[in-house]
Amino acid sequence: MGWFKRLKDGIQTATKNKKEAPDGLWNKCKRCKKASTIKELKENFYKCTSCDYHVRIGSHDYFDLLFDGKYTELFSNIYAKDFLEFTDLKPYHTRLEQAREKTDLVDSMTVAEGKVNRRPLVIAAMDFSFIGGSMGSVMGQKISLAVDHCLDKRIPLMIISKSGGARMMESAFSLMQMAKTSVKLSQMAKAGVPYFSFLTDPTTGGVTASFAMLGDVNFAEPEALIGFAGPRVIKETIKKDLPEGFQTSEFLLDHGFLDFIVNRKDLKTRIGDLLHLFTPNSVPSEKVSA
Amino acid sequence: MVFLEFEKPLESLYEKLEKIKQVGEDGDIDVSQMVSELEDKIKQTRKEIYSSLTGWQKVQLSRHPERPYCLYYIENMCKKFVELHGDRYFNDDKAIVGGIGNIDGQTVVIMGHQKGVNTKMRQYRNFGMANPEGYRKALRLMKLAERFNYPVVCLIDTPGAYPGIEAEERGQAEAIARNLIEMAQLKVPILCYVIGEGASGGAIGIGLGDKIFMMENTWYSVISPESCSSILWRSWDYKEKAAEALKLTPEHMHGFGLIDGILKEPLGGAHTAPMDMVKSLKRHIKKELAPLVEMSVEDRINARIDKYNSIGEYDVRSVAVNENAVAK
Repeated sequence: MGWFKRLKDGIQTATKNKKEAPDGLWNKCKRCKKASTIKELKENFYKCTSCDYHVRIGSHDYFDLLFDGKYTELFSNIYAKDFLEFTDLKPYHTRLEQAREKTDLVDSMTVAEGKVNRRPLVIAAMDFSFIGGSMGSVMGQKISLAVDHCLDKRIPLMIISKSGGARMMESAFSLMQMAKTSVKLSQMAKAGVPYFSFLTDPTTGGVTASFAMLGDVNFAEPEALIGFAGPRVIKETIKKDLPEGFQTSEFLLDHGFLDFIVNRKDLKTRIGDLLHLFTPNSVPSEKVSA
Repeated sequence: MVFLEFEKPLESLYEKLEKIKQVGEDGDIDVSQMVSELEDKIKQTRKEIYSSLTGWQKVQLSRHPERPYCLYYIENMCKKFVELHGDRYFNDDKAIVGGIGNIDGQTVVIMGHQKGVNTKMRQYRNFGMANPEGYRKALRLMKLAERFNYPVVCLIDTPGAYPGIEAEERGQAEAIARNLIEMAQLKVPILCYVIGEGASGGAIGIGLGDKIFMMENTWYSVISPESCSSILWRSWDYKEKAAEALKLTPEHMHGFGLIDGILKEPLGGAHTAPMDMVKSLKRHIKKELAPLVEMSVEDRINARIDKYNSIGEYDVRSVAVNENAVAK
């Protein structure tokens, strides 16, 4: 037998013996494949230093980028439960435990209150790493409480969407969160408290078809996937290839569903500007305080 | 008659019945006793089959090709009905129909998803899958109802909002979202009925109201069992399992408090006695509208908001709140 012939098929090395570069040092860009150090990436607002690709980041990364230093996390004591005892390839409660362990998060949404350029703002941000950023009862309740908090203190709300849509394991309960979040946002609109919807990669399904499209101002990161139906579903339905750039932020801006697209390096300034214009009296004027 | 897979025992009984009737007609033999015995047996078998339907069987019944669709109910419930077309922006969606009608002296604005009755019409109606224009037409009609202070009735029967290129270009998500926030604050009563399939955003896009009901052989879910199977089990073969796991039947939905009640159907499904179903829907609408019409606008909207705001199952744990987490 030739020495070059494989005796056993497949990879024999156990996962635990796999040799890998240590985590947290390097990032290889998904798009241009060029490497940069995590430090460089972070300094560049988590964008590829070569091609400006916006790497997916989590809720706390956005809080760090946007808030003036300190912020307070709100409603962190709300946990999902496997009310329907839903089991697909694994039970939902196992999925939840694994997601909590893997991400160190409670659920796919974290809410925090802080200041952006000295003006108060409540941000509700999603984590795609937690079951695809899916919307279940917890997300609905956090948005509901965030709205009450914002109405009470008359502080603007910003939701950062990054989600595959409704959480199937909560079946109709997740579907009803579309209605729940919408009725709450109708109270914001009626009270004249601003709500900004910031869409990031990806925002699809029930999240897009409810609060993500309902901002007083809707804006997105460049090249984010945004849509109602996922591209695979559409492709299977119409049995045709999808046009280039379909369902990107740029596509939505062009079709009139976004107000603007913002590069992550300009995000804080832009939100600061919105807060300045929508809530001019939220900072004591310089002259008075001086 | 079209028999579903799980109705096979009925089909053979019906065949037998036909044969015996034929014999009776051909010869001079008295078959009346045999006929009545068989008819009893059919009734009994039907009862047995229908007393314990699975989720997937309800899904199949909701899609029964002879099942009455939206316009059938509207035309038979309303003494007068004028269909109104178009969203005034782009075109007239054929998968959502609606207009102004009169149910026993009460003018209502009534609308719903419409499926086609034959192959040609099914295509024309896009299988009950609406484009954004459908949702925008529905909203236009609701605003019209608000202007003239008429209650709104929505009949839901859709396998989902249409997933197509043009639908995305014209903002399928925005159209559904807009309806949700507008229906939340609509000043007139809104009654919603799932009369067939209640799939996901396509259903809830005209499904936010003061009271939500489901007919007995229908389903309401965040996703169709087929798509759920393909996503979570990564195969199309688990649709029965998915239908059970999703707990999408009217009985489950009512048990969870997500709907306000169930409308009984004639034994064997709405299609076996469609006019009976029309009458029972009409009675139900009249009964449910009466108290809603009496309420003040403010009370009604507040109750609607509370109704949806209370939906959700989660634990509130006592954990140390992450006060003043310091950034950077």
